[in-house]
Amino acid sequence: MSGGFQTNNPVLKWIEYRLPVFSFVDHAVGSQYPTPKNLSYWWNFGSLAGLALVILMATGIVLAMQYTAHVDYAFDSVERIMRDVNYGWLIRYIHMNGGSFFFIVVYIHVLRGMYYGSYKAPRELLWMLGVVILLLMMATAFMGYVLPWGQMSFWGAKVITNLFSAIPLVGEDIVIWLWGGFSVDNPTLNRFYALHYLMPFVLVGAIVFHIWALHQFGSSNPLGIETKGPQDTIPFHPYYTVKDLYGMGVFLIFFAAAVFFMPNAMGEAINYVEANPLVTPAHIVPEWYFLPYYAILRSVTFDIWFLSAKLIGVILMFGSILILFILPWLDRSPVRSSKFRPIHKQLFWVFVADCILLGWVGANPAEPPYLYIGQAGTVYYFAHFLIILPLLSVMERPRPLPNSISESVLKGGGTAMGATAKPMEKA
Amino acid sequence: MAAIGRTLGELKGMTDTARPAHGAEGETRRDFLYLLAGGMGAVGTVAAVWPLVDSMNPAADVLALASTEVDLSPVEDGMSITVTWRGNPVFIRKRTGPEIEEAQAVNLADLPDPETDAARVQKPEWLIMLGVCTHLGCVPKGQKPGDPKGEFGGWFCPCHGSHYDTSGRIRKGPAPTNLEIPPYEFIEDTMIRIG
Amino acid sequence: MKRVIASVLGAVVIGLGAQGAAAAEGGPELPEYTWSFDGVFGQFDLPAAQRGLQVYREVCAGCHSLRFVAFRDLAALGYNEDQIKAFAAEATVVDGPDDEGEMFERDGRPADRFPSPFPNEKAAAAANNGSAPPDLSLMAKARPHGPNYLRALLTGYADPPEDVEVMEGQSYNPYFPGMRIAMAPPLFEEGVEYQDGTEATVDQMAADVTQFLMWAAEPKLQERKQMGLKVILFLLVLTGILYAVKRKVWADLH
Repeated sequence: MSGGFQTNNPVLKWIEYRLPVFSFVDHAVGSQYPTPKNLSYWWNFGSLAGLALVILMATGIVLAMQYTAHVDYAFDSVERIMRDVNYGWLIRYIHMNGGSFFFIVVYIHVLRGMYYGSYKAPRELLWMLGVVILLLMMATAFMGYVLPWGQMSFWGAKVITNLFSAIPLVGEDIVIWLWGGFSVDNPTLNRFYALHYLMPFVLVGAIVFHIWALHQFGSSNPLGIETKGPQDTIPFHPYYTVKDLYGMGVFLIFFAAAVFFMPNAMGEAINYVEANPLVTPAHIVPEWYFLPYYAILRSVTFDIWFLSAKLIGVILMFGSILILFILPWLDRSPVRSSKFRPIHKQLFWVFVADCILLGWVGANPAEPPYLYIGQAGTVYYFAHFLIILPLLSVMERPRPLPNSISESVLKGGGTAMGATAKPMEKA
Repeated sequence: MAAIGRTLGELKGMTDTARPAHGAEGETRRDFLYLLAGGMGAVGTVAAVWPLVDSMNPAADVLALASTEVDLSPVEDGMSITVTWRGNPVFIRKRTGPEIEEAQAVNLADLPDPETDAARVQKPEWLIMLGVCTHLGCVPKGQKPGDPKGEFGGWFCPCHGSHYDTSGRIRKGPAPTNLEIPPYEFIEDTMIRIG
Repeated sequence: MKRVIASVLGAVVIGLGAQGAAAAEGGPELPEYTWSFDGVFGQFDLPAAQRGLQVYREVCAGCHSLRFVAFRDLAALGYNEDQIKAFAAEATVVDGPDDEGEMFERDGRPADRFPSPFPNEKAAAAANNGSAPPDLSLMAKARPHGPNYLRALLTGYADPPEDVEVMEGQSYNPYFPGMRIAMAPPLFEEGVEYQDGTEATVDQMAADVTQFLMWAAEPKLQERKQMGLKVILFLLVLTGILYAVKRKVWADLH
């Protein structure tokens, strides 16, 4: 541990003395960053999200060089990218599917945090920064989807921006301000383009804080107990760098399969029709990663007191994500990992199933029976956070925790840790 | 990337202090693995970056528009027109007899970039060349009747003072070569296709 | 772990299923045709696509534009430069303004895109009972199960059942959303005379023009799939090596 980074290379020494960048990296993701030795492959998804963002930004920058943000040329410029620009089809399909894969890995990353209670003290702020990242991602993805200026781009933009009209008194003014006119039109497209380019950099900023907060207490782990000394940890490099690289290889195989062999499977066919402000498509559906929220939005069909159905729907939709901010205070159980929480473990999977159910409802028309299923799903979604988790905190009897990570590993416990748990017999 | 593979090995060696070194054979096999992974990673990264770089090269539609047809019939002796080809000006001048004679009479030894007039035209009266100064890309003066034509009666680039003669050859000033001749052909007597 | 993977796969299946259901809503299920461009090794059937181009030019082009396809692109269908020039020269293209500031007409060149039959969408609508014939460049991707839909639609014209009322200027077609379509049946037996002697049945023409339109919508399909095989093969090897490296590194912890 003496001083961290050591080298005999005079050039590196010269730089390190003036700008200690090497020891910084070494402490961030290197040999000087002690990491719990029992992280499972579910802990790979953070680095995968980082990879997805890098891929999106690299392809996005070159796409921006070919794209024209004008209602008359946007659709044509995207088709020109697909047909005439060298490798344009490849870059565009990578960017398009990259968005979906970013959400896939981030959702798994979030659910991993929920299963293993990673959000609990002292990592609440780390979790909340993660929710900020998720919100920024959603805004970026939404505005990016508008840019090709297809039918679903246009109508998605119109419907989602119209949500803000539900705000009492100032709603209409806000919508007109968002549009820069009286409908989704050229000013809207232009500002969405500007913001779509800007937001990823804000996202990077949020990620810096996310990782900063992570380093304060280190990663949580599948056992949910804190590391108690060197016997519980291994250096991040080379153990987790190489494991992350392997995970990236696996991720890229799935990603390449989508990009090269089913690039349009996660998109909507109708978005290959240029936007027409006079014709609404038969089914307006958002991208798949927004479907559960869309189902929640549409599940409210009745006014309550002075609140309109529309307003309640909007509140619930945003609330379904914002509620994650207070998750660390809703779940008061002293035990983090579901490995030792027999009931929470079951209910976690019920919650996942509920999210998938809501997604399915969101992809279908807002009519019975989907409507009722969506309403039930919405109620359960909020009940999980507001009723089930607080009650479980009191009523559930957790199984006994091991004394330390190394002890647990010695006993050979922990099937939930997956493949990596087995080779760890050394104390 | 291979360097990263090696660094990976070195740093790993550092953490490996608790144990005596593995057998030499194991070491070699391990180093080979690191090298292989690093090498393939490097190849993969370059292969992934290339499409991004190549996307900035001219696209198929840009390359396809690389020909322009020009009708020369309205151009009279001593008159110049400028047309656009690939986004650049092309100077077309119907030269007068004295201009042609002057261009042909020049001693090649006097030229910074020796080239006969005959090599620069398909028909002596028609001089067709890119109107882009070979110094730094400005458009030389000399197309309009009132323009300065430089000391050699051809074209004059106002940016840095390059003088071109009646064959568009550089005679004085910083430009290194003669004005470029684009590929063109006469498809009729007074009709050319550039590109 | 298995459970999670099962759930994720379930979600994907449900998602795709939802799209499929929406596509066939109200009408019969789309037939599952076999296409040469299906699958990992899928390629375009160039003779079929060439016949499809003939069908497009002789039947569809009177009403439907193909505005994203340029004549030069036809090289990918196996035409040589002279053939492409000939195709282009048969088209009339509006160019300009000339030196007098007037727009003028000239013969098409390979760099030109297929000219549209109508100057703008309003003109197209006015000439077609108020519903403009859509552009076909992307049609094979712009409908769910595009190729199957197109072929089914082109061969699906029938007499309306008694409970379906079809207005003047409309035709009954069960595969069209709403089942009433403004396009009259476009294909008839022997409607084109194929240069390669293939018998021009309605289904043959429908299949050929679909093949052509799939190429028009996704011209880089072959390039994409061929590159995809190489990329995935490479990634499999690289990931295998990374896994071996990972095992080696972690072996220390024994």
